[in-house]
Amino acid sequence: MNDVAQLARLMQGNEAIVEGALAAGLRFFAGYPITPSTEISELLAARLPLYGGRFIQMEDEMASMAAIIGASLAGLKSLTATSGPGFSLKQENIGFASMAEVPCVVVNVQRHGPSTGIPTAPAQGDVMQARWGTHGDHPAIALCPASVQESYSLTVEAFNFAEKYRTPVILLTDEVIGHMRERVILPQPDKLNVIDRKKPPAGLEKYYPYRPGEDGVPAMADFCENYRFHVTGLVHDESGFPTTDADVAEKLIRRLNNKIMDNLDDIVLSESWLTKDADIIIVAYGAVSRSAKKAIKEARVAGFKVGLFRPITIWPFPEKEIAVLSRQAHTMIVPEMNLGQLKLEVERAASGRSRVIGVNKVNGELITPGEILDAIIKQ
Amino acid sequence: MQNNVNKYLRSEKLPHIWCPGCGNGIVLGAITRAFGLLDCDQDNTVVVSGIGCSSRATGYLDFCTLHTTHGRALAFATGIKMARPELKVFVLMGDGDSTGIGGNHFIHAARRNIDLTAIIFNNSIYGMTGGQSSPLSPLNSRATTAPQGTFERPFDLAELARGAGATYVARGTTYHANMLTQLIRNGADHKGFSVVEAVTACPISYGRRNKMGNGYDMLLWQKEHSVPVEKARKLTPLEMEGKFAIGELYKADAPEFTDIYERFIEEKQKKNEEERHRGVN
Ligand SMILES: Cc1ncc(C[n+]2csc(CCOP(=O)(O)OP(=O)(O)O)c2C)c(N)n1
Ligand code: SF4
Repeated sequence: MNDVAQLARLMQGNEAIVEGALAAGLRFFAGYPITPSTEISELLAARLPLYGGRFIQMEDEMASMAAIIGASLAGLKSLTATSGPGFSLKQENIGFASMAEVPCVVVNVQRHGPSTGIPTAPAQGDVMQARWGTHGDHPAIALCPASVQESYSLTVEAFNFAEKYRTPVILLTDEVIGHMRERVILPQPDKLNVIDRKKPPAGLEKYYPYRPGEDGVPAMADFCENYRFHVTGLVHDESGFPTTDADVAEKLIRRLNNKIMDNLDDIVLSESWLTKDADIIIVAYGAVSRSAKKAIKEARVAGFKVGLFRPITIWPFPEKEIAVLSRQAHTMIVPEMNLGQLKLEVERAASGRSRVIGVNKVNGELITPGEILDAIIKQ
Repeated sequence: MQNNVNKYLRSEKLPHIWCPGCGNGIVLGAITRAFGLLDCDQDNTVVVSGIGCSSRATGYLDFCTLHTTHGRALAFATGIKMARPELKVFVLMGDGDSTGIGGNHFIHAARRNIDLTAIIFNNSIYGMTGGQSSPLSPLNSRATTAPQGTFERPFDLAELARGAGATYVARGTTYHANMLTQLIRNGADHKGFSVVEAVTACPISYGRRNKMGNGYDMLLWQKEHSVPVEKARKLTPLEMEGKFAIGELYKADAPEFTDIYERFIEEKQKKNEEERHRGVN
């Protein structure tokens, strides 16, 4: 048996997230049960201790988010997982992690809403919440897997981005991907690219926890490692202490945004499929992109020149890529399980060069290939 | 002891932001003196706080310090302590922070009996936001959001902590600063969740509105209304009316959360290793 065969497994999307997180070096998880994310908690409760890692079921989602920030400051790669309503509760502390530049990963297995909605039904209604859920101007990285395999690889990627850019990263998956089972090939651990946070050298005369390196990201010491320092959610200067100085505030908030926006080439991931000659582009992400692929195959047989653009990184939004495609496509179709959240972004990026049409469904059911095909035929 | 204590302060950050007459400085003084008595290792101690006037104290303490979000300090601290159980972790909170927005975290930290030392600056009011009523505001006391006096019964913080499972519960006041120092020291020495309530004065947002005079008058009020716990135990509820007990109110030995979890991890890893050897995996 070769290595690859040994590591091919049948698993659920949520299970693949657990495997990906462990492979990326996860050592701390805090969470609160909510469908359809609960398997992640349950599996980690059993698995983390085997790695010397720690699991805790906190009293709510706010506490879970707080605990992973604490654990990350203490030096452990940290994760929490939730769904819609729980994601809303985490927002305040996601903002804290963003402001205090604490790496951590938040999984949101999207479910129907608003509010308790249809708890076990899929939706993609948290696209804007992943971008603007917490208050203030903050950067956001959100990744959207479309398969179990990607649930694995993007979890690793999420940790890598979190560590590299000292920021919370959101894995924005959905109930369909979270619960479906597929064949997954787990890479050999030594073949995996795992990034760890940049640490300051020991023995500095003074450590500035918020003095950025050339990449805009400050080196991060663990609590009680080599240095004593202060961490706050208030606007702070490079030493980490609070200030209300307007210039410092302006510079800090801009730097937080720029450390992400200046690195789009590194962060923005996408898939283009059959787009070369396409004059109709379907823009779809997560579970819906699978329906889109099926629809595209059938439409191609019927003679339509149609292709798929799939944002994998949905935040920052792949604007440049959409702009390029909008020069060749007369129409872009955006099927989503919401009333048109990403469609707004597509419209913005296409700037009137393509017509942008939504295919939207909010009844807790996956959009079918037939529904997308209908939209293609109508063009 | 003086030199011993100064090293715990980030003196370049002083003077502090608190109002004249505010008791927070006395609590901070008691904390630093307790650090001195504990011979606290600054490189293996983390101090966490929430949001409020009192929670600004972390900025003045020379440790790894974490100023978190309103009410969540204990949850952040739980993550730190679980990640690195060898660290000593202190958590400084206001009364509103710990029992209002953070009430749930407070009772669950107590329930777990996690080895944190929680020091609660109880000034009976939301100070930082300008004097709104808190879950610890005495019944009928005035607050900006209770212009005719509060209608709600307050928590008894110590009873709440004890009922929820804290294994060290003490109450001191800023009038009895030396006692407060001792209580904090003993709380820190205790293994498990320790709660030290520090009754303090906010002359600006509470005292003025409740006609309690200035900071000095409020200190005298603490002296007159507190009863050492040994004595309090002998008094009838009627005799204790309007008064509160100070000292070590409760102390118990119980398994500590991170200890239990560390043992669990070790056993699980050992078992896994054995199974691997036997080829079960
Ligand atoms: C989520 C949230 N809600 C409300 C506030 C506003 N806020 C800041 S401090 C504070 C009250 C602090 O009172 P307390 O904890 O008693 O501390 P004190 O200022 O009296 O020391 C409030 C309500 C906030 N910062 N965050
Ligand atoms: S408002 Fe009250 S608690 Fe806050 S600093 Fe002033 S006196 Fe102290």
